Amino acid sequence: MYVIIVGAGKVGWNLSRELIARDQEVTLIESDHRRYRIVEEELEHAVQYGDATEMWVLERAGIQRADLVIAVTGDDEDNILICQVAKEKYGVERIVARVNNPRNLDHFKTLGVQPAVSATDLILRLIEHEVPEYGLVQLLALEEEHLEIIELEVGEGSQAAGSRVQDVTLPEGSLIISVLRDGTGFVPKADSVINAGDQVLLILDPGLEGEITPRFAQDESQISARK
Amino acid sequence: MFILIVGAGRVGSAVARRALEAGHTVSVLDSDPLSHERLDKDQSTTWEDAGGRFTVSTALEIDGLIAAGIENADVFMAATSGDNTNLVISQIAQRRFDVPKIVVRVADPARAAWYAEQGLITICPTQKAIDMAEQVVLAD
Repeated sequence: MYVIIVGAGKVGWNLSRELIARDQEVTLIESDHRRYRIVEEELEHAVQYGDATEMWVLERAGIQRADLVIAVTGDDEDNILICQVAKEKYGVERIVARVNNPRNLDHFKTLGVQPAVSATDLILRLIEHEVPEYGLVQLLALEEEHLEIIELEVGEGSQAAGSRVQDVTLPEGSLIISVLRDGTGFVPKADSVINAGDQVLLILDPGLEGEITPRFAQDESQISARK
Repeated sequence: MFILIVGAGRVGSAVARRALEAGHTVSVLDSDPLSHERLDKDQSTTWEDAGGRFTVSTALEIDGLIAAGIENADVFMAATSGDNTNLVISQIAQRRFDVPKIVVRVADPARAAWYAEQGLITICPTQKAIDMAEQVVLAD
């Protein structure tokens, strides 16, 4: 596999190192001359100096035969345009773009640059994963494939609590794929019983969350009646 | 016509003033509040008194573009000093806000040519300078 990586910051440099260690062919492009000099001492011919938003720089790096282009500069506009040109002008099959400012995530989507990876966004999701009162946690969104995986806590008195998996009424296009209980997870069968306090993972078509969450939501009336 | 110009540099501000004089509705957006001075320079009235609009925002901020009126714009011009910013916001105007006419300033001739093929009206000052210089230098 031939990979072009743009931006020799911490992410780009380490990514290059890892891929080279896995015997992949890598060209790293850096536009800052001082940074280029530093990285070149280690990566030698695998790093080139230039502004990869310019087409001739990409062509010099051999973009016509690249299998993957990864844009991880500190500038979102650069990352968007490098990936857009790689995909639409040079027909590169796979691209990966880094999002620096999560507010720009929509711009990557608008211009067809997917997947776009945002460290801030990933960390936010991890925080949500650790803070259960959020209720619904989106674990994975496959934008192009129109699928997502969410995690839900099974509330006391909810329809799902105490039910077998096959008896939980879920909309077409969704499926319970895993149950997490007491720190371990298992893949349930149709007759596995879900308990209140479990966490369930579901795979679904995006947009079905609104129909799914009520099945797992805590029944407030039952809680107050017990008090 | 409602014309939205992003970037109040020499080009953006001059086009904005001419468009206003020609009787159009003109809104200008720039991240630098001081850039407003270029719109007032050598004028008898301020930009606002003459009927112009001015919004301070970074170009990539959707809220700023909406405040500047992008949803109603008939013409969108990207004239900041950065090619990459201009190319990203003009495509946002094209794809997200369906602005009918989009003009984008691109200093890099190669990209100006390619994005013109993709449906943007690109203006390349570098190419103009090359063409003019060639004419003058090679003239007998």
